[in-house]
Amino acid sequence: MSNIVLLALTGLGLGALYFLIASGLSLIFGLADVLNFAHGLFLAVGAYGTWWSSTHLGFPFVPAVMFGVVAGTVTAVLVETLLIRPLYRRTIEQVLVTVGLSLAGVALLQAAFGADPLTFPRPEWATGTTRILGAIVPNDRFLLIGAAVVVLVAIQVFLRRTRFGLIVRAGVEDRTMVTALGINVRTAFTLVFAIGGAAAALAGALAGVYFGNVSPGQGTSLLIFAFIVVVIGGMGSVTGSAIAAVLVGLVQQFTSFYAAAGVGEASVVLLLAVVLLARPGGLAGRAA
Amino acid sequence: MTPLLEIADLHVRIGSSHILQGIGFAVPATGVTAVLGRNGAGKTTTLKAVLGIVPKTGSVRLDGEEIGALPTHAIVRRGLGYAPEDRGIFAGLTVTENLRLAERGRGPHRYDLVYEMFPELKQRGAQRAGTLSGGQQQMVAIGRTLLNDNRMLLVDEPTKGLAPKIVTEVADVLERAAREVPILLVEQNLALVRRIADHVVVIEQGTVVHTGEAASLLSDPDLTRELLGVA
Ligand SMILES: Nc1ncnc2c1ncn2[C@@H]1O[C@H](COP(=O)(O)OP(=O)(O)OP(=O)(O)O)[C@@H](O)[C@H]1O
Ligand SMILES: [Mg+2]
Repeated sequence: MSNIVLLALTGLGLGALYFLIASGLSLIFGLADVLNFAHGLFLAVGAYGTWWSSTHLGFPFVPAVMFGVVAGTVTAVLVETLLIRPLYRRTIEQVLVTVGLSLAGVALLQAAFGADPLTFPRPEWATGTTRILGAIVPNDRFLLIGAAVVVLVAIQVFLRRTRFGLIVRAGVEDRTMVTALGINVRTAFTLVFAIGGAAAALAGALAGVYFGNVSPGQGTSLLIFAFIVVVIGGMGSVTGSAIAAVLVGLVQQFTSFYAAAGVGEASVVLLLAVVLLARPGGLAGRAA
Repeated sequence: MTPLLEIADLHVRIGSSHILQGIGFAVPATGVTAVLGRNGAGKTTTLKAVLGIVPKTGSVRLDGEEIGALPTHAIVRRGLGYAPEDRGIFAGLTVTENLRLAERGRGPHRYDLVYEMFPELKQRGAQRAGTLSGGQQQMVAIGRTLLNDNRMLLVDEPTKGLAPKIVTEVADVLERAAREVPILLVEQNLALVRRIADHVVVIEQGTVVHTGEAASLLSDPDLTRELLGVA
């Protein structure tokens, strides 16, 4: 029982990280048709921004995370306006630019901060544990899950209750018709990048807490799983991403514990294949 | 009277096909101007080119101002309302959200007018637009164009695939709307054209082959047959 509780909460925590990354990827793809591999850069900027403002500016944990999130958001907006905007509709160039940006970002971080993992600042309470149903659960799991729930609710409120949210939902369906109603949909692109960048940067900071350290390549494997989550959930659907993130996190944890390490990753890929065979558009996508 | 919309030498090339080959005509500032022509003649493409939805060359003037180089959203903000051939409804949004999305500027937005013409849209406000019937979706599409204080409406085959009763309803609405705002209407239903159109433009293979008064074309069976292949 205690194993199950620990695995479930760890799976949910990991799912929370995946969701934070996947929600932005999904919105960006759904609205702007951009496969944004630069998302890993936003994540890294969030993580290093948090680490740097904590160690160099002496920021306490929460302000340090806020610093990282702002840095990630600014990066995302700059990337969208300077590099991606000139390339809309040119898919291959976009992929090259975003992949290149991701690689260059990692190289720059390595040059600036070294390749070795750096100890990540963690608040006292996040390093403690809580007993639940006999399981000793590290507190950072609750931090991850709580943050993802807050972001999920915030994105839903934005999508359902604001005019920009309405534009984003409509644009995911039919971008041309949105512009034919007199709406400059490019503004919404920038906004979606900003939201995605903020959520990814938060994921970067929280991944630092979860792993206890930060290294230049840390975002890469998270990004791959986040892409799998986006595809399983259905491109463009934030709710789909949330459900898929939970599924992937749980499947990964349980299979790697009860089968063997490494099987976790394989079973996620298997889950992807099964979902795509049953529903090619993903869980929330149009059923084929 | 100076025309409201003047199109000159409009060309559209998509891939290797030269779809519009120098379209030119003027839309008067009042009444309904019907764009006629056989299937695949280039009617829809003409509307899309005016709105900048497809890449084009040539000149489009609205009230004397050249708008041909503007992006779609800026063209529409000059005061155009567009109801496309496929209706362009957002299936996942509610009826109310579809209408709200179409609100432009500060308003006032004429919900009173829209709900008076289409009371059903008010009753079904919370329904997802994808679950509406074809006729109801067309009401949303036309309702969106009536919400704003437009200078001109571009309406593409609004009665296609609709039941006769709804065709009449849509025709009534267009006729009434046309008293306030000029309409550029693509329509294959000649009975309807006869009823509400003042002017006609006939397009064939991407060029204009006839312009004039609707009545004089439609009262000439030989010309109608020659241009449209029907009597
Ligand atoms: N995106 C496109 N790519 C290639 N060809 C196209 C495209 N859109 C339209 N065409 C072609 O251009 C021609 C004109 O199309 P258009 O839709 O404007 O005709 P239409 O007069 O509106 O016809 P209909 O009465 O069937 O609606 C057709 O031959 C069509 O096949
Ligand atoms: Mg057409």
